[in-house]
Amino acid sequence: MTPPSPLTLPAALRDVEPVRGVRTPARLDYTFTAGRATSRFLRGIAGKKIYGERCGTCGKVILPPRGSCPNDGVPTSEQVELPDRGIVTTFCVVNVKFSGSAMELPYVCATVLPDGADMGLFGLVQEIPFDQIRMGMRVEAVWVDDDELTHDLASIKWWRPTGEPDAPYDSYREHV
Amino acid sequence: MAKERVAVVGIGQTRHQATRGDVSIAGLVREAAVEALQDAGMTWADIEAVVIGKAPDFFEGVMMPELYLADALGAVGKPLLRVHTAGSVGGSTALVAASLIQARIHRRVLTVAFEKQSESEAMWALTLPIPFSPPLVAGAGGYFAPHIRAYMRRSGAPEHIGVLVALKDRLNALKNPKAHLHEEGITFESVNDSIMLWDPIRYSETCPSSDGACAMVFTDEAGGDAATDPAWMLGGAMRSEPTMAPGRDQVNPIGGRECAAEVYAQAGIADPRRDIDVAEVYVPFSWYEPMWLENLGFAEEGQGWKLVEDGATAMDGDIPWNPSGGVLSSNPIGASGMIRFAEAAMQVRGRAGEHQIDGARVALGHAYGGGSQFFAMWAVGAGKPSS
Amino acid sequence: MRDVAVVAFAQSHHVRREQYRNEVELLMPVLHKVKSEVGLDQTQIDFTCSGSTDYLAGSAFSFVSTLDGVGARPPISESHVEMDGAWALYEAWVKIQTGMADTALVYGYGKSSPGALRDVLSRQLDPYYMAPLWPDSVGLAALQARACLDAGVTTVEEMAAIAARSRRAAAANEYAQLTSSADPEALLAGPEIAAPLRRHDCPPVTDGAAAVILAAGDRARELAARPAWIRGIDHRIEAHALGVRDLTTSVSTRLAGDRAGVGDRPVDLAELHAPFTHQEVVVREALGLGDGVTINPSGGPLAANPLIAAGLIRIGEAATRIARGDANRAVAHATSGPCLQQNLVCVLEGGER
Repeated sequence: MTPPSPLTLPAALRDVEPVRGVRTPARLDYTFTAGRATSRFLRGIAGKKIYGERCGTCGKVILPPRGSCPNDGVPTSEQVELPDRGIVTTFCVVNVKFSGSAMELPYVCATVLPDGADMGLFGLVQEIPFDQIRMGMRVEAVWVDDDELTHDLASIKWWRPTGEPDAPYDSYREHV
Repeated sequence: MAKERVAVVGIGQTRHQATRGDVSIAGLVREAAVEALQDAGMTWADIEAVVIGKAPDFFEGVMMPELYLADALGAVGKPLLRVHTAGSVGGSTALVAASLIQARIHRRVLTVAFEKQSESEAMWALTLPIPFSPPLVAGAGGYFAPHIRAYMRRSGAPEHIGVLVALKDRLNALKNPKAHLHEEGITFESVNDSIMLWDPIRYSETCPSSDGACAMVFTDEAGGDAATDPAWMLGGAMRSEPTMAPGRDQVNPIGGRECAAEVYAQAGIADPRRDIDVAEVYVPFSWYEPMWLENLGFAEEGQGWKLVEDGATAMDGDIPWNPSGGVLSSNPIGASGMIRFAEAAMQVRGRAGEHQIDGARVALGHAYGGGSQFFAMWAVGAGKPSS
Repeated sequence: MRDVAVVAFAQSHHVRREQYRNEVELLMPVLHKVKSEVGLDQTQIDFTCSGSTDYLAGSAFSFVSTLDGVGARPPISESHVEMDGAWALYEAWVKIQTGMADTALVYGYGKSSPGALRDVLSRQLDPYYMAPLWPDSVGLAALQARACLDAGVTTVEEMAAIAARSRRAAAANEYAQLTSSADPEALLAGPEIAAPLRRHDCPPVTDGAAAVILAAGDRARELAARPAWIRGIDHRIEAHALGVRDLTTSVSTRLAGDRAGVGDRPVDLAELHAPFTHQEVVVREALGLGDGVTINPSGGPLAANPLIAAGLIRIGEAATRIARGDANRAVAHATSGPCLQQNLVCVLEGGER
């Protein structure tokens, strides 16, 4: 296969600076539908309640609920009210900002498994030095003020340690 | 009737780098495709079908870019498919292309995978909030770091293992002219002292963001017989699991184990550590090497980190992993899976230049994507398979 | 080549806007229906392939969350194309041809309502020369319609007749979004929205989903009383830039149709994925379909056009009529890209060879 031959420019273009890139801003607006399951969940959050959904086939409590059991592919609708307390199953300490974030570095993101749920919620952990966070730590939700509650997981500001003894590893090892 | 055998007769890659400001998207894919065609001793006219793969379209800001790329890929008048399976896409694209040969629908297929992350903004696209989920972390590392911590807890691995992997892969990359990162003077200390991004992942243990493309030409058995140093496909498989589900093992995903098991069964591999000479495995964060050593059956559960510490996966070890430098040294996301597959094929063809593993006859190529949920793998060999 | 058939098909009730359900909730009943039609659960399906596009969903990796509606545990052999479900069906057909699968689940879905579809589709265009001008999809179709009129390929009267026929036929299709009993003359009295196109020449904007089950040989015979056999399937793409193509013909449809063997035997009906009225004429001529062929008995994309599912639905609708015994040989067509850039043709037959 012969390589392509070098370009020969017309005379009028020979001293013109070539264009190396084009910046073309694009904006598209989308209106998202939460869907029935997410709407139910977020309405619960606005009322300071965490609802999981139980799968009729495997019996597990899905959190956050999406209207289906991801293992069985069946619709879920049975609401299970969960406490706003649970344990940290795993976590990481974040040291890199992303645009739009107001978080001070470093901060901790964790998977929190509310008591009775079979899946965890991703959230922030605060009110403890970041190097003292550990797996199995018992935590409780810190909600925004009542007049700031809204249909948004951000109504849970963060999770904080309750001071109770850590859950033994074996009690949550299947979630890790 | 048994499947047709598939031969890899041409391979091409761009020189991966942060920004390829000298080529358009079309130019980038064409560079890899032309190299593959030249390697195969073919022209565009010889190709009957094209299969292209890449990760989310928001990375470049072009919806369904195969439409725009039809001309650049010499696909006008031909069948053109565009595969997308998140990070594993480079691998699954190759498998879809191979299936066209296996099914005897086509005899010569071009497959290409790419990402031009400098167009649009990949970091933005990776962090695009999922509707109704508050964004908490930047980048994929924030997702994977907690699972790495879980692995460290489960296995009791010492903290420096990740650093060893990053050092190994970046040193290997110095022998690969195509790799993005060429960190002359990299040391254990320089990796270990680099800033922690998402504890326990350090900056130097994280894959770069790259512009790059990779291409391969596949033929049927007759085409392989007529070619110089073909690589023969010994097996290939794909598996998927849900992102989050009750009982999901994110550290040692069952999808990965089952995918590997199917590839090994097809390829007649009984003991991966013994039967495979070299592996190109998708390791975007250093700790995924020990995790995948276990997931892919090279080590018992909880023992993968010992292979790393013993140097087993170094270029002079008994089971070199990522002699190309791996994803840790080059990561055009959509292409990375195909680069693993291609590098595996290069090894058994004896064409890997300075990063060649001597005597490599059987190699594994591996790709994964999403929340450790999509897997695509293949095994290739220097010798034609018996069936 | 192995004999592969469509043995089941299901679709959602197509609407302008699915206000309450997200993509998973929209898709799940369709998946359940198609599996229950043949009594298969996910563990009995050898391969799954889907089509979707992030630009409709407004979210990167959007196909990942819909996997929650499939039941991917134990892990499944699964793939995805960022294309219309018709191409996902093609990939699944190929997989069965390799012998590595005997059954396959194929699905395609899309909610066009979250974004402004006409603008979203402008992102499909060459990002350096065309997309920055934001040419909307209706405008580009209008360019093609103008070319067709000037070339004498069709007339606005014929286009109106196609629209009227489609929406009248849709009255018999419980899943269709738009039905109408309006006459072509009444339609022609309306204003042009993008000359020479009038509202009736354009497809509706639709949220919808569809799924198909494929099976090979004896497996198909076990699962369906009258499998719709895929006797030929092929797809081709043309050059991207509109200026280098003859927009009044569809060479890729002709080529794909030839390869799929459309002309080998008489055709009873055709389901054509021609979202704009003038495009039906172009595609029909490219496939060499004569006057005796019933076109789009389902109402076609002019009655419901759920992007990414619409092409797959053409295959499903054609297969359904074969399964019912209403037809013996049908052609299904799917398109992708601006002004019919890429086309897939599938020939289906009832009865053994």
